[in-house]
Amino acid sequence: MHNQKKNQGFSVKSVVATGIGAAVFFVLMKFIAIPTGVPNTTINVAEGWLALIAGLFGPVVGLLVGLIGHTLNDAVTYGAPWWSWVIADGVFGLLLGFGKKYLALEYGELTTKKLVQFNVWQAVSNVLVWVIIAPLGDIIIYKEAAQKVFLQGAVTAVVNTISVAIIGSLLLVAYVKSRPKKSSLRSE
Amino acid sequence: MNNLFGYKKRDTWLNQTTGTAKLIGFLALTTMGMLSYDTRFLLFLSIMAVILMQTAHIKYHEYALMLKLVLFFAVINLVMVTVLAPQYGVSLYGTRHVLFGNGYWTITQEQLFYEFNLLLKYFFSLPLAIVLLFTTNPSEFAAGLNKIGVPYKVSYAFAITLRYIPDVQSDYRTISLAQQARGYEISTKAPLLARSKGAVQIILPLVFTSLNRIETISQAMELRRFGRESKRSWYQEQSLSKRDGAIIFGSGIVIIIGVWLLVVNHGRIYNPFK
Amino acid sequence: MATPLIDFQHVTFKYHAQAEPTLHDINFQIFPGEKVLIAGASGSGKTTLLRLLNGLIPEAYAGDVTGTLKLRGRDILSQSLFELSLQAGTVLQDSDAQFVGLTVAEDIAFALENDDQPVSKIKAKVAKWAQRFGLSERLELAPQMLSGGQKQRTAMAGVLVDDGRLLLFDEPLASLDPAAGNAAMDMINRLQAERDLTVVIIEHRIEEVLRADVDRIIVMSDGHIVADDTPTAIIQAGILPENGLDEPLFVQLLRRSGIEVAKLDHVADVQLVSVDDQKHAIEQLKVPVKRQPVLPEKLVVQNLNFGYDTHEALFEGLNTSIRQGEILSIVGKNGSGKTTLSHLLTGFLMPDSGDILLDGQSVLQQSIKERADHIGYVLQNPNHMITKATVYDEVASGLILRHVSSVEIETRVREVLSLVDLDGMRHWPIAALSFGQKKRLTIAAVLVLQPEILILDEPTAGQDATHTGELLKFLTKINQQSQTTIIIITHDMHLLANFVTRTLVIVDGQLLADTTPAELLANEALVKAASLRTTSIYQLATRLQIDHPEMLNAAIVYENATGER
Repeated sequence: MHNQKKNQGFSVKSVVATGIGAAVFFVLMKFIAIPTGVPNTTINVAEGWLALIAGLFGPVVGLLVGLIGHTLNDAVTYGAPWWSWVIADGVFGLLLGFGKKYLALEYGELTTKKLVQFNVWQAVSNVLVWVIIAPLGDIIIYKEAAQKVFLQGAVTAVVNTISVAIIGSLLLVAYVKSRPKKSSLRSE
Repeated sequence: MNNLFGYKKRDTWLNQTTGTAKLIGFLALTTMGMLSYDTRFLLFLSIMAVILMQTAHIKYHEYALMLKLVLFFAVINLVMVTVLAPQYGVSLYGTRHVLFGNGYWTITQEQLFYEFNLLLKYFFSLPLAIVLLFTTNPSEFAAGLNKIGVPYKVSYAFAITLRYIPDVQSDYRTISLAQQARGYEISTKAPLLARSKGAVQIILPLVFTSLNRIETISQAMELRRFGRESKRSWYQEQSLSKRDGAIIFGSGIVIIIGVWLLVVNHGRIYNPFK
Repeated sequence: MATPLIDFQHVTFKYHAQAEPTLHDINFQIFPGEKVLIAGASGSGKTTLLRLLNGLIPEAYAGDVTGTLKLRGRDILSQSLFELSLQAGTVLQDSDAQFVGLTVAEDIAFALENDDQPVSKIKAKVAKWAQRFGLSERLELAPQMLSGGQKQRTAMAGVLVDDGRLLLFDEPLASLDPAAGNAAMDMINRLQAERDLTVVIIEHRIEEVLRADVDRIIVMSDGHIVADDTPTAIIQAGILPENGLDEPLFVQLLRRSGIEVAKLDHVADVQLVSVDDQKHAIEQLKVPVKRQPVLPEKLVVQNLNFGYDTHEALFEGLNTSIRQGEILSIVGKNGSGKTTLSHLLTGFLMPDSGDILLDGQSVLQQSIKERADHIGYVLQNPNHMITKATVYDEVASGLILRHVSSVEIETRVREVLSLVDLDGMRHWPIAALSFGQKKRLTIAAVLVLQPEILILDEPTAGQDATHTGELLKFLTKINQQSQTTIIIITHDMHLLANFVTRTLVIVDGQLLADTTPAELLANEALVKAASLRTTSIYQLATRLQIDHPEMLNAAIVYENATGER
């Protein structure tokens, strides 16, 4: 009954969450840019959405949303995907998805402590992904110069950490606020 | 028909080959091109890709924007490499033929040669991607992915993404305009935090609408038995023809050449300086 | 007597998340070959009933069920969602969620693909069903290229491809214009006759559904079944208005003429109702169509040209004017330029050439935000507008962003909230609001900026008669109190007939007519061009050979207006 088990693991809802999650990720990446003031550097709203969707649906959905969303964006913008960064975004989704159980967004209260821990985790994940995975990928796959890719990675890590800290946190708070509390569901 | 990627019905042989075959070809050629630093091989791939694009009757204006973006991306990257790692070519090729300059800013033949290779790498895959995207009906991608071994649920998630991008896009447009009418803006001189808050307010309705959408779509899919079986058939699946076989065979030959060059060059780099 | 296909005995259901049961002691049976309408206002429990039938409860919504529920004699609860889906096909209300395929062909094929059927068999079946629904030419089209009617036909084909014998429709008319709704009802009729289907329709738009000759209406209210009888008996008993549902317009007219509806035979069918000897009484109701007095011009559209792409113009030299304090509607089939025109007025889109004048001044140089101070725009879907967590904050946000002083914000917000009857709920979380309340909240959030013109896109979509009534009452109030000009984009026949004073018919970018709703709804050519439908009043008048049917339409138009004034 191996298949049965697998079916339960990746539910229809996860499939749809992946599909819609990637569609929204793509649209946000393509259409919203908040200038930071530093030239050519924009706050990445899409990464904030990735944090929310991974936190709600777990690591597998997070991984796939990052992979599919980034691949499509690269494909439509530059023709071909830049695989090392696609993988990096996927791994970022995966790592944030591990926070699903802890955050328990659907039912829980989002305490300050949880929010701080979420941000520590996302900062660690961003550094891991953009300062280690993406540049190593660039060096191994594309034989790029180390000085260049580590600088690019470091800048991306900083910008994305700030993006998720602001946009991701605001989205998490707004989401939890919007969940009806059990007591308020009494019909009038 | 969904023309997110600029797919059009064209009467060319590349349009008539299946998405599966083109996907295999694209992955094989780009992977080899990604790994190889053999200039001859990269040039060969680039020329072949451009010829393929010609036979697909794709017009310049259809891909002009992409070309400009890749050009921009390439220039930035090359400048960065020159500034940050001007001696990288020397360490890569192990020789040093100075052209001009001195100290940190010594420009060598090796560096220029390396950057030329890099440029080829940024560009060679563009025509291949254009051929894949412009001649393949998006509906065939999901079936194709499933055929090359991606689980059907993941393939279908990809199909859902393609299906709903236009809807999400039009939702986003309307929502963001309505929020701008309320007074939210993201491009003002406001401080970063305020600007980001504005952006969140603009996208919040999109976020909630999309989350609701996940619920209803998964219900609609379950009511039509998605996920019941351990595999699924695809309306868009086409059995492979001789032509598809030829494409796959051709890709195989390119892989063999690429691998052979790896052996001959004792690694990924073709070194004309030794 | 035949054995029932569906049999519910003493069914009570409570969602886990709720304190009170949603359905109380439900008993009904549906027999093979029947066509049954389940009607009820929002919150009456009709959607919950549908979820019990198709298995979404308990698989997608957890709760406690008591009583017995049987489909073909088998317990429903013991069957999986997948098993049930082979016996009962469901067409959901949200046509964009229902349509999951990338193209028409793939969507029709979806269920068969999931059963892992061989591709050749799937293709044959898709071809067969596409032909039956007139979709053969559109197999390769994406959902974004289809009209609402075509999407719904695809949905029906995609469900019937299973060869099931029971079809469940959740508000099939919600996203269709009246002409498409009419066609959908005819289609359901035909299929039912051809294939001996059993059809269950959940709806609150009675006037349109009665076209489908339903055998029975089950009326629900507050989780109870309050009536279960033939349409004739239900209308004779006057049960619909008591339960927040609109009666067909011609029945409203008959009641007003003093005819004893309770004793009329065939009262549910405008073509058969026995009123031939009452022609005179009905004619008595005629009122002259009121021309609106010539009001000063408020918004002038001058020689407007616009096209989404440079090769194809949508508007070519459009000229019209909107007058101070009027209630205007814009009608026309989907995609013919109604929404585009409102987006041009609000600055969401810029015209290629031409001008838009507000009080004689061009507004083209103003930003979207500046224009919103004069021309407010309320989107169809309130969920597309709401960004805050509480009612008060939502309304205040537009003022805060315009740096209004906090004292003034407080007064203006409270004032608008009492106008829309939400002041008592100002500290409530928006998540706890009903759809109708959310709709009023989004109108309030626009009104608080004190626009002189308010544009509403399909304000009655998804609202039952009671909510529509409340909404119209309050729109009348703001129209009279502050002379706000109201522009409504709609294809809701009741809204047109009962509320609007002037109407523009726009088809394919052309201004086809500038008229009154009473006249529009009695003009077959215009009605057809605008994808509307003539009213049942008009059909009755034609049948009884009453001349000037528009004067009977007008009798209904001014009923509400005079009631208020």
